[in-house]
Amino acid sequence: MEPLIMATEKADLRVSIGSLALQNPVMTASGTFGYGREFEDFVKLRGLGAVVVKGISLAPRAGNPPPRIVETACGMLNAIGLENTGVDRFISDKMPYLAALGVPVLVNILGDSVEEYRQLAGRLAGIPGIGAIEVNISCPNVKKGGVAFGTDPQMAAAVTAAVKGCSQVPVIVKLSPNVTDITVVARAVEEAGADAVSLINTLIGMAIDLRSRRPRLANVIGGLSGPAIKPVALRMVYQVARAVAIPVIGIGGIATAEDAMEFMLAGATAVQVGTANFVNPGACDEVIAGIAAYVTEQKMGSVRELIGALRVC
Amino acid sequence: MSQFQQKVELICFEALTEDIVRLTFNAPKIAAMARPGQFVMVQTSPGKDPLLRRPFSIHQVIRDGHLQILFKVLGKGTELLAQVRVGEQLSLLGPLGNGFTPGSPETACLVGGGMGIAPLLFLATRFLSKSSAAEVSPKMPMVILGARNRAELEPLVDDFRKVGVDVLAATDDGSFGHHGLVTDVLTKSNLPPGFGIYCCGPHPMMAAIARLCQQESRACQVSVETVMACGMGACLGCAVPLKAGGYAHVCSDGPIFEAEKLLWSL
Ligand SMILES: Cc1cc2nc3c(=O)[nH]c(=O)nc-3n(C[C@H](O)[C@H](O)[C@H](O)COP(=O)(O)OP(=O)(O)OC[C@H]3O[C@@H](n4cnc5c(N)ncnc54)[C@H](O)[C@@H]3O)c2cc1C
Ligand SMILES: Cc1cc2nc3c(=O)[nH]c(=O)nc-3n(C[C@H](O)[C@H](O)[C@H](O)COP(=O)(O)O)c2cc1C
Ligand code: FES
Repeated sequence: MEPLIMATEKADLRVSIGSLALQNPVMTASGTFGYGREFEDFVKLRGLGAVVVKGISLAPRAGNPPPRIVETACGMLNAIGLENTGVDRFISDKMPYLAALGVPVLVNILGDSVEEYRQLAGRLAGIPGIGAIEVNISCPNVKKGGVAFGTDPQMAAAVTAAVKGCSQVPVIVKLSPNVTDITVVARAVEEAGADAVSLINTLIGMAIDLRSRRPRLANVIGGLSGPAIKPVALRMVYQVARAVAIPVIGIGGIATAEDAMEFMLAGATAVQVGTANFVNPGACDEVIAGIAAYVTEQKMGSVRELIGALRVC
Repeated sequence: MSQFQQKVELICFEALTEDIVRLTFNAPKIAAMARPGQFVMVQTSPGKDPLLRRPFSIHQVIRDGHLQILFKVLGKGTELLAQVRVGEQLSLLGPLGNGFTPGSPETACLVGGGMGIAPLLFLATRFLSKSSAAEVSPKMPMVILGARNRAELEPLVDDFRKVGVDVLAATDDGSFGHHGLVTDVLTKSNLPPGFGIYCCGPHPMMAAIARLCQQESRACQVSVETVMACGMGACLGCAVPLKAGGYAHVCSDGPIFEAEKLLWSL
């Protein structure tokens, strides 16, 4: 363990997402890290690149009926139903602890109309400690018959512009992988002013119990995450990084430093660790230490040398 | 620090029946903090499938930082756990959850069914150590345990008797103790008012006991099971519906709940 810790101190792991400077490229993925505090016994919260919190809506949401999760081969499906405390209680109950950590807090927001996203961004504007807004556009647009914002380039752009219009901090748009061509949506949000994109959110899937002939989730369908989705996520990060000029944050099945650095080679400036936190609540520490060890061992000046350095013939 | 992720060594493996296994780990940090009713998340394999840890009640904490779990082999995860050998290491996360709120041993009745018996041994021994031997009758706390048959129940009943508590037993097939359900035994025992119930078992059993306690205005703490991904309040996957509306989270608000707060379905 000792050499790894020394390496962390020496290696240059700094990256930036627009105007947001990070001490290293490793963040937590929304919905897999609670509001941070849950992990204080297991991970060095102050050592993280950033903390991304559970998705927040304007009003509190109770979430879906159980069962909400089911394990699948090398992954899991979830249909939590965006349960959260609502933005007001988030600001009063959760932000003070998070702000005191001294690492940027990325607030993941969700809504069912463009107006709701706009209001959320307005409420969060100027709150100390918030380093960026991450816009979850994988939610259904109630006014457009429940089509997810993230599957329609125009709706995705409208949400982006609305949030951008009332935020002083960088706006990251989190892309849904449940589309035919993710680069179309990526370009649309870039044009609408997004400072960065993060991807991927979960892939829609389902699981069935043959014995009872019922779906294993009460919601019938849910989002697939974990190691099973990593190849799909890597492919999408690779494609998006070539299609846009803004920074890309890679997400999907990352559990080790090797996984994280593969995403950086594919074009990611930073990464998020999600489902792996459930299995190993110290996963982020290990990913950071592993990247630092690699940077030192390879005698690299900075971890930034990895970004997009994939050798394709 | 009150919770730990620890690699721990298996120091004792006991197969109580063909598919019921008791594991003893050397887990000093977790054992030192553990309270009855809390649980641990166990990594059943270092690989990616099965991916998630599995939750198990803390069955017993014994001297020198030893911690036990008791489980039935059901699927992939428990099959792998039943193959772990003495000397091998596993990752444990815990202690997790709230644990029971123990009242007085003199007015406590523990009711367990099947693997729900697991956390009650720890609770019974805590009750015994709380009461000075002189002032408490040897029969306290009162314990009612049920399982499918003698093979499954007898070894567990013996554990309670070894620590000095009396057990009323019930089996589905009548091969040991009362022929029938623990709820029958509980009804027949004419439990005096003022006695509180501490209950863990299959959902239908807990629902029946919750209903009984509601009729008698009796305090009842139940240990609830759901699927879990994280065990520590991060994924929000372990929701149970509340009578007042909305959901509680079994890993962080529970696993012990006052039965009257939950919305029971049969
Ligand atoms: C707080 C808590 C404490 C627990 N304590 C104990 C304990 O002390 N001893 C013990 O034996 N078990 C306990 N359990 C249940 C235990 O976690 C499951 O039996 C285990 O996860 C099954 O894993 P598996 O991989 O073998 O089965 P899987 O492959 O996941 O499932 C196999 C079969 O078992 C069923 N199953 C899965 N989980 C449960 C569950 N929680 N309850 C009922 N059926 C289930 C599945 O539907 C499936 O049919 C506890 C659960 C919780 C939430
Ligand atoms: C239980 C759970 C809850 C999630 N909640 C959110 C959320 O509120 N907002 C969001 O943008 N993504 C959410 N996600 C998606 C993750 O942030 C991440 O994009 C996805 O899980 C893929 O990464 P992984 O494979 O590393 O988990 C959730 C994922 C899981 C497993
Ligand atoms: S199991 Fe993850 S919140 Fe309870």
